[in-house]
Amino acid sequence: MVRVEAPSLRHALANTSASRFFWDRTASACYTDLRHGTSLGGRLAELSGRSVVLATESQLTTALALMELDGWARRIVILPPDVDTADLGAVLAAAEIDAAVFDGKTQQSPALNLPVRVACVPNVVPANVSPPVNCHTEWLLMTSGTTGVPKLVLHDVAGLTAAVRARSVADGAAVWGTFYDIRRYGGLQMYLRAVLGGASLVLSSAGEPVADHLDRLAQHGVTHLSGTPSHWRRALMNPAIRKIAPRYVRLSGEIADQAILDRLRATFPQAAIGHAYASTEAGVAFDVNDGLAGFPASYIGPIRDGVEMKVFSDGSLRIRSPRAARRYIGTGQALADADGFVDTGDIIEQRGDRYYFAGRKGGIINIGGLKVHPEEIEAVINQHPQVGMSRVWSKQNPITGAIAVADVVLKSDPDGACAQQTMIKDDILKLCRETLPRHKVPASISFVPALGIGAAGKLARRER
Amino acid sequence: MSVKLTILNQIERVAREHGKILAPLKEDLVLADCGLDSLGFAVLVARLEDTLGIDPFTAAEDAYFPVTLGEFVKVYEHGAR
Repeated sequence: MVRVEAPSLRHALANTSASRFFWDRTASACYTDLRHGTSLGGRLAELSGRSVVLATESQLTTALALMELDGWARRIVILPPDVDTADLGAVLAAAEIDAAVFDGKTQQSPALNLPVRVACVPNVVPANVSPPVNCHTEWLLMTSGTTGVPKLVLHDVAGLTAAVRARSVADGAAVWGTFYDIRRYGGLQMYLRAVLGGASLVLSSAGEPVADHLDRLAQHGVTHLSGTPSHWRRALMNPAIRKIAPRYVRLSGEIADQAILDRLRATFPQAAIGHAYASTEAGVAFDVNDGLAGFPASYIGPIRDGVEMKVFSDGSLRIRSPRAARRYIGTGQALADADGFVDTGDIIEQRGDRYYFAGRKGGIINIGGLKVHPEEIEAVINQHPQVGMSRVWSKQNPITGAIAVADVVLKSDPDGACAQQTMIKDDILKLCRETLPRHKVPASISFVPALGIGAAGKLARRER
Repeated sequence: MSVKLTILNQIERVAREHGKILAPLKEDLVLADCGLDSLGFAVLVARLEDTLGIDPFTAAEDAYFPVTLGEFVKVYEHGAR
């Protein structure tokens, strides 16, 4: 597989003479000042050729440090915000880490007592900047770990930015925003899009109320906004959504069903709306921009932008791509099969001239031998005009072993009126019965005030 | 509403939703002949857990499942106490 060499991120600064910013909840930094400045106290040279763990607590310092480190460090391990410090020592040893970049809020851990420790501040201080040594920095990300122990995945900048380079034209007037955390693959893609496009970026903040986040996005005039379908469903339930008017709306990380695409279209009639398929291991595989769920069947087979996709015998999508990660670190497990295809674990089904995502390989509910993906039922429930979001899960059953039941968040509280709730429940069940085979109709529906969204922006599926 | 009445109502409701025709719901009606299939019973047990707060079968140590409607109601009446 041919890999294109990519210049370091700092080179992107040469594309614009304007001032561009990273904004988080409490601070902002003019990142284009890094042309003649530093957020690492001018100690970049000490990190030259080293394997660095980026243990910053804030996304603002992460964003600045990444820009400085790329091209200087041999490796950067980007720690996600919810990393389990118990596993940290083993993870860092496997990645041969010998330096740490931290910020004022980093939780101290013995694993971070490394030979070189450099503090990152959330602003840029004037400094003489030497030209980067341009070593081809390896970027290590952690998988979201929705199943099992998280793994370190090794990327290079060429692979990470291939999808950005294939599509986007530098658009300095753009203001990017994302509901993701930039320390995970989905968010990192948005970070790279903003930086390589010479645009500013509004960062998310853990624990920030949705309304406050939307207010900030509005205040900075966000033009390009991305998140998972769950992020979007939650945002659309908030009245503050009316304050923003992005011209590009992007979804990825979960199945974008027709209901969420239609609701976004109705809310942002002027915006281009696209959903993308990507994973930490396989990289960005494709974008769909026709406003329809699923993707054209013609995507399977031929090589498009270097990306090749096939359906494996178990129905799962497999991807061979120059945008894929190169390997796992610290595990003998192979990232791809013998032919270089990454198993995404996502099951796809063809209907007519389109493929649709059915759900995860491991997420199937077995109802007396009949199988169903929870996502398939959620897509139907989400079509109901009063439903904000839903989650279907498997409930143990003495007759069929398991049965599907649903938790539903309504767009607005039906005044707690019992009769009205029963009516809506019956209406949702009727919709399911009209659309789905009998075994896929949820046995019961519970209204819940909210559904958990995990650190990677995906609907929490592990426990009720 | 009594446990028995709740069960009878739910059986009728599930049958209606699944397009099944029920036999007259008498005490000695053999469940296998009542008109609901296994998926119907699975849904019934899940619904009864919602309304009565118990699933006496999944909670039970043994794999006993009642034969007649009367026994089925008794299991719930026993569990609800």
